[in-house]
Amino acid sequence: MPNPWVFIGLFIIIAAIIPIGAIVVALILGPKKPNPIKQSTYECGLETVGDSLVQFKAQYYVFALAFLIFDVEAVFLFPWAIAMNKMPLYVALEGVIFIVILVAGLVYTWRKGALEWV
Amino acid sequence: MTTPVKLLDFITILPVIFLAAWACLLLLVDLWVKHKRVTAYLAALGLAIGLGLLWYQAAWIGNAGFNHMVVLDGFSVFVNALLLLSGLLGIALAYGYLRRMGIERGEFYPLVLFSLSGMMLMAQAADLIVVFLSLEFLSIPLYVLTAFAYPKAASEEAGLKYFLLGAFAGGFVVYGIALVYGAAATTALDGIIAAVAEGRANLSLLVSGAALILVGLGFKVAIVPFHMWTPDAYQGAPSAVTAFMSSAAKLAGFAALVRIFALAFSSLSDDLIPILWGLSALTMLVGNLLAIPQTNIKRMLAYSSIAHAGYILMAFTAFGNPGVAEVSIAAVLFYLAAYTVTNYGAWGVVILLERAGDLGLEIGGYAGLGRKYPALAACMTIFMLSLIGLPPTLGLVGKFYLFRAVIAADLIPLAVIGVLTSLISAWYYLRVVVNMYMRTGDPEISPEPWALTITGLMAILTVLVSLLPGWLFFLASQARLNLF
Repeated sequence: MPNPWVFIGLFIIIAAIIPIGAIVVALILGPKKPNPIKQSTYECGLETVGDSLVQFKAQYYVFALAFLIFDVEAVFLFPWAIAMNKMPLYVALEGVIFIVILVAGLVYTWRKGALEWV
Repeated sequence: MTTPVKLLDFITILPVIFLAAWACLLLLVDLWVKHKRVTAYLAALGLAIGLGLLWYQAAWIGNAGFNHMVVLDGFSVFVNALLLLSGLLGIALAYGYLRRMGIERGEFYPLVLFSLSGMMLMAQAADLIVVFLSLEFLSIPLYVLTAFAYPKAASEEAGLKYFLLGAFAGGFVVYGIALVYGAAATTALDGIIAAVAEGRANLSLLVSGAALILVGLGFKVAIVPFHMWTPDAYQGAPSAVTAFMSSAAKLAGFAALVRIFALAFSSLSDDLIPILWGLSALTMLVGNLLAIPQTNIKRMLAYSSIAHAGYILMAFTAFGNPGVAEVSIAAVLFYLAAYTVTNYGAWGVVILLERAGDLGLEIGGYAGLGRKYPALAACMTIFMLSLIGLPPTLGLVGKFYLFRAVIAADLIPLAVIGVLTSLISAWYYLRVVVNMYMRTGDPEISPEPWALTITGLMAILTVLVSLLPGWLFFLASQARLNLF
């Protein structure tokens, strides 16, 4: 049985090789026919309208916040779910309470209309 | 080493759990409630149930919960009862005020409850990690409440200032905790005591940690030189919030300070006495001197609250002296109770006189109050006398116990500074009284039944309890600190 850290090392190496490889292969094999439109900056394939240094809607902030909360929730729930069969009842209940509190937060955001795009 | 969670663990912090859960529910109920006064009454009901649970919980005094993370002792029950009562008073004062100022939003009441549950946890914390957790738990709702008069710029500014400086102070506490952990290899208060007793602790590191924790908590209770946020935050926040903040947050901050220092750091008291001596003398001087030039009553009361933090710290300076510690803790608790009563009364008068758009807050605007509303002016006179410490008020009795503790600890120069600064304070407190009775004017009050009731009740309590203070002092001296 090799040291378990070896797998993490391998994972890092492979994770680095795949994107670098893709870019290098595209550089070597890809045909190069540049024109002004191709050279211009683009955002998700759409043509930019107006200045790209614009102020963002503050509403993004609320979305980002709500997203972050549930993202972090998932991080906490993974170990909880994996240890499910080894833990006493109250720990299982703690996880449920955690979810209930976050759901209450979601209901609050929803009811306050923060999830509607205006 | 760690024991599994038992039912007893939950009983030790039952009111805290209940209040936090109630606040979550209230936040949801409020979404479907049209009249925000329903939310207010439900919040008050929650606090009343909390008091009931506290009474039920008292049968388990002397127990620790969650592997000694929290304790339930006479001290915590006394402080928590005071906190719950001050929450009730705060909600009663806010009830009409919020509507009149056009900021009646349902979130106010859950935020007050969240903050209170943090404060109550703070009074029970027996581990520095729990102290930090509850410090953040009580502070974050307070930051929001300070900025509650949104979109009023002054209130938002106050909230931001309070948040930035509070976060900074929180950093000090964490740094202090880290140093203490480095010195004693534990964050549990009983573990720190054991480490010091067995000589395992690195004392210089421990003193630095204790000093940093003192800085962080000093921010919360507004001790000079960590008081800079106080006048701005107290002036910018809606008055009902300031009333709550200046009483309850101070109470919780001192509760944590007393528990941490009197228990875990009592062996460091020789090193800490000069620091506490200087801080309390500086706080009394600066607070009282800077209150003199203020013309805005909210700002004046903010500086006065700084000065009172100094008086309380003065009595606490001798915390490590075993002969004096008990008397001084009882005096601190008694004074906190007396200050809460007087402070709510004074803020009640401020709230009654305040009109939308920051009008009616100048001390000059109190001219003629004595002629037009004699009863209200009499109440305000009682509160001002109590804040100075003149008879026949609770402030006098409170100061008497404070000075007795200081003199018992043989810190005569500090007591002299305390008496002299009390004399200075008479200047600006009496100026309000002079304005009310000796100048002519036409002040306007908003007759809100709850604020009027609270103001009257506090005035009666200030006088009556001062005539028979023995029972309250008895309760305060029964409020022992326990760890096990």
